[in-house]
Amino acid sequence: MSRRRAHEDDDSDSDDGRSRSKRHRTENIDIEERLEKLILKVGDKSSASLESNLEGLAAVLEHDIANYKTKIIRILCDVVIGYPDKMTVYTTLVGLLNAKNYTCGGEFIEILVRDLKDVLKACEFEKARYMILFLADLVNCHVVSASSLLSLYDNFIEVCLEDNIPQTRSDWYVHTVLYTLPWVGKELFLNKENEFNKLLVSIQSYLGKRSKTHLHALKVWSSDSPHVQEDRLDCMWAQIKHLQSNAWTERLIRRPYLAFESALQDALQHTLPNIIPPSHHEDALYPLPVVVFRMFDYTDVPDETTVLPGSHSIERFIIDEQLHLTLLLNQYERKDCAATLLMFKEEKIPLNYMIIETVFAQMFRLPNPPTVEIFYHSLILELCKLQPSTMPIVLVQATEMLFSRLDSMNTVCIERFVNWLSYHLSNFQFKWTWEDWSEVLKMDPMAPKAMFVRELLTKCLWLSYHKRIVEMCPDEFASILPAEPRPKFRYHAPDDEIETETMPELMYSLRLTKSIKAKCTPEDVLDFLKEIPNPLDDSVEHTHNPLAIDVFVQTLLNLGAKSFSHSFAAIAKFNKVFKELGSSDEGQQCILKSMYDLWSDHQQMMLVLVNKMMKTNLLSVSAVANWIFSEEMMRDFTRFYVWDTLHASIRKMNKQVNQLQLEVEEMKDKKEEAANKVNDGLDVDENVPTEDDIEALEEKLDTAQSDQKNLFLIIFQRFIMMLSNHIANSETHGQEVNTLWFKWALDRLRQVFLQHHSVVRQYNNTLETLMFTSDIDFHILTVFNEFQALRG
Amino acid sequence: MDVWKSPFSETRQVQHKSTLLSNYRDQHFKGSRTQQEEKLKASTTLYVGNLSFYTTEEQIWELFSRGGDVKRIIMGLDKHKRTPCGFCFVEYYDRADAENCMRYVNGTRLDDRIVRTDWDAGFVEGRQFGRGRSGGQVRDEYRTDFDDGRGGYGKIVQDKMK
Repeated sequence: MSRRRAHEDDDSDSDDGRSRSKRHRTENIDIEERLEKLILKVGDKSSASLESNLEGLAAVLEHDIANYKTKIIRILCDVVIGYPDKMTVYTTLVGLLNAKNYTCGGEFIEILVRDLKDVLKACEFEKARYMILFLADLVNCHVVSASSLLSLYDNFIEVCLEDNIPQTRSDWYVHTVLYTLPWVGKELFLNKENEFNKLLVSIQSYLGKRSKTHLHALKVWSSDSPHVQEDRLDCMWAQIKHLQSNAWTERLIRRPYLAFESALQDALQHTLPNIIPPSHHEDALYPLPVVVFRMFDYTDVPDETTVLPGSHSIERFIIDEQLHLTLLLNQYERKDCAATLLMFKEEKIPLNYMIIETVFAQMFRLPNPPTVEIFYHSLILELCKLQPSTMPIVLVQATEMLFSRLDSMNTVCIERFVNWLSYHLSNFQFKWTWEDWSEVLKMDPMAPKAMFVRELLTKCLWLSYHKRIVEMCPDEFASILPAEPRPKFRYHAPDDEIETETMPELMYSLRLTKSIKAKCTPEDVLDFLKEIPNPLDDSVEHTHNPLAIDVFVQTLLNLGAKSFSHSFAAIAKFNKVFKELGSSDEGQQCILKSMYDLWSDHQQMMLVLVNKMMKTNLLSVSAVANWIFSEEMMRDFTRFYVWDTLHASIRKMNKQVNQLQLEVEEMKDKKEEAANKVNDGLDVDENVPTEDDIEALEEKLDTAQSDQKNLFLIIFQRFIMMLSNHIANSETHGQEVNTLWFKWALDRLRQVFLQHHSVVRQYNNTLETLMFTSDIDFHILTVFNEFQALRG
Repeated sequence: MDVWKSPFSETRQVQHKSTLLSNYRDQHFKGSRTQQEEKLKASTTLYVGNLSFYTTEEQIWELFSRGGDVKRIIMGLDKHKRTPCGFCFVEYYDRADAENCMRYVNGTRLDDRIVRTDWDAGFVEGRQFGRGRSGGQVRDEYRTDFDDGRGGYGKIVQDKMK
C-alpha cells in the first residue's frame, strides 16, 4: 500500500477538520450541479409558464450568487454556445440577474467578451457568431448599451477596408453583423438611428463591391429558373431590407424579455469593452461562402390556408434559421430531430414544405453537407413515420421537382439525389411510378435524366437483387436496366477436351484452377505463372507479363466470385502473388484491367475490390487514378461508381497523411513531456521517443505527403489532357464543344477541387504555375478560378 | 468519412442514446463483464440482426457503407446447413463510422425488414454460427409466427406440425 493511500485511510477514520472540509466540498459540488441542472432546464417544456420559471430561477441565482458566482457565470457563458436554440431565454435570465445585481451582469459580460476574443483568435467562427448574437440580444434586455454594440459593429465593418485579405474574412464579419439584426435591429433603430443607418450604408457599399466568382461552383443548379440561387449575403441583405421596410418589426422570434419590461427597463446598461477583430494571418480559415438553396415558392403549396413566406421576407429567414439549427443540434438522434422539427407551432406556415426544403438544403450543400448524408436519409424516414398522411405527399412533389430540374443540377448533387432516393425507395418496397419517367428511354444515355434513372436503378440493385429490379420496372425499361451482375470469365473451358488443348490460355487457366482447388501455395502459383510465355515483344525486358496476370487474376477472382468475402479470402491467400505481379505500375494497370474485364457487369464488386486492394496496398492510389483515365475505362467514365472509386483513393491517401501527422505530433508531445519531467527531477517512462524515432516518422510523413501531392497532380494532369483533347477534336471537326459528356467531365473536375479543397489549396502555387496556366482553354481554367475564389 | 464537428456538442449536454450499449451481453464472451463492456465501448464491429435468410452480403455491404468504409462482413450461418440464418457482423475501420450506423441505419429497412444493430465485442471464429439447437439462431427455435424471410414458422412449431 502506498504512503498516500494509507494517509487517506487515516483520514476517513478520524473526524478531524480535513474530513469536514471534504464534506463541505461535496456539498458545494452538489449545489453547483443543482444550479447547472436548473439553468440547463429552463425554457424546456414545463407545466409552469416560462415567465414564472425564469422569475423563479433568477431569484435562486440571485440568492446563490454570493457563494457560487464563478460557477454560475461559467454556466451562463457556456449555454451561449451550447444552447443557441434557447438564446432569448438566457438573455432574459441574464437581464433579470443584471437588474438585481449590476456587478454580476458586468462580470458576465467581461467573461463572455474574454471568451469571444479567445474563439476569434482560435478561428472558431461558428461559436463566435452565437456569442455576438447573444451580446446583441442583451441590448434588448437592457444589459448592453446600444451605442457600444454599434461601436463593436463599426470595428467589424472596418475589416472590409483591409487590403490583401480573403473575401471570406470580410464576408464573415459582415454576415455576423447582419445576422443579429432581426433580433436587435429595432433597438438600434430606436436608440441610435443615425449611427445605425451609417452602418447599413457601409454594408451596402461592401456588398456592391464583392466578387461572385465562387458562386457557380457552389450552386446546386446552374440555372436560376425557377428560383434564383443566391449568395447567402445577398439574400440576407434583401431580407434585412424587408425587415427595415417593416420598421424593424417581425412576429416570429420568441422574446421572453418582453414580459419583464418593467423589471428590466430601469436596469443600468453596460458598455462593451472595445473588441477589435484579430488581424488576418495565413492559417486563418474563414467559413466558405454559401449559396441559399431554394426549392419551393408559395405556388407549390396546395393548401391555401398556409402561405410560404417569400424568399426575401424576414419570416423566411427566421424560420429557415430555426430549422437549420434544429438539424444541427439534433444531428445525433434522428428521432428527436424529426419530433423537434414537427413541434414548430407557427400557424399559417406550410411547415412540411419548409422542413423538406431545409433537409435538402443541407443534404445538397456544396462542397460538403454539414454532416453525413445518411443522417438526412434516415431523418426523412422518421418524418414520414410521424406524418404518414402528409409528409410523403410533399416528398413525392419534391422528388418530381428535383427530377424535372436535373438538366441543370450539379453532378455531385445528382449523385446525392441518387443516394437518397435509392435508400428511401428501399425502405418503401421500391414502390414508385416508374412509368412517369419513361421519357428518359428516348434520351441520349448521357442526358442527366437518363443518367439519373440508370444510376438510381443501379443503386437500387445494390440494395436488393436483379430479379426484383426487373420486376419493379415497366417492361420497356429493359434498355436502361443494369445488367445482371455476373462475372465474365474469359477462360471458360469448352466441353470438348481436345479443343481445350489447342488453346494454351485455357490450359493455363484450367491448370491454375486445379492447383488452387488442391490448396497450392502462393509460391507454387508464382512458379507456375513463370511458365506462361510473355506475349509482349521480347526484344526489351518487361516488368510484367500481361497474359500471366490475366490468367491469374481472372481465374482466381472467378473462383472467388460467390461473394465479397470469398473474393477477399482469395486475394488474402494469394497476396504475395498480387504483390509480385503488381510490382510495377504497368503490372497494376494489367491487374485492374483483368478485374474490370471480369466484373464490368458488377460495378459494386469492382468498387469494393479496388478499395480493398488499395487498403491492403496491393494497388497504389496513383495506379487506380491512372486506370480511371485509361482508354479502357472511357466507356464507364461518366458512371458514378468510377468516381466513388477515385474519391475513395483520395480519401485513403488523405487519411494516411492525417494519421501520420497526428502520430508525429503525439510523438513530439511525448518527448517534450518527458523532457519537462526530467527538468522537474521526476521519473520518466521507458518508452520516450528519441530524436531518431521522430525523424524516421517525419520521413514517412514526407513520403506520404509527396504521394498525396502526386496523386492530385496525376488527376489534374489527366483531366487537363482529356478535356483539352476533347476541345481540340471538336474544333477540328467543327463540332460543339459543350457536349453532354463535356459537362459531366467538367463537373467531375470541379468535384475534385471542391470536395478536397482544404488539401488542394496547399498546391495552389504548383497548380497555378505549372498546370492551370493561361494557355489552357477557358472552360477548364474557369473551374480552377472558381476554386481559387472559394477562399479568395 | 469526414464528420462535421458541431460547435455545440462540447457545451451542450447531448445524450448519445443511439450509440449507447444495449442490455444484451453475449454469454459466451471469454472474460469479465467489465472487460466485455470496455471492448464494446471501443468496438468497430456491429451485430446486425433480423435479416432475411435471403439477404446477401452485397446488399448488407451497400447499406452499411453508407455509414462509412466497411472492412469486412461475416455472415451468420446455420451451424449444420452452412447457409445464412438471418444475422451478420459488420466490421468498420473506424469507430465513428460504426456509430453512424447505430444512429442512422439501425431500425431502417433492408429487403423490407427492419434491421437491428448492436455493438459487438469483435468477431471471434465460431461466432458466425447459429446457436439454436437446430442450427439457426435461438430466436428461430421458439418463434410462433410465420416469417417467410426466415424459414417460415419457428423450428419447434414446425416440428409439432409434422
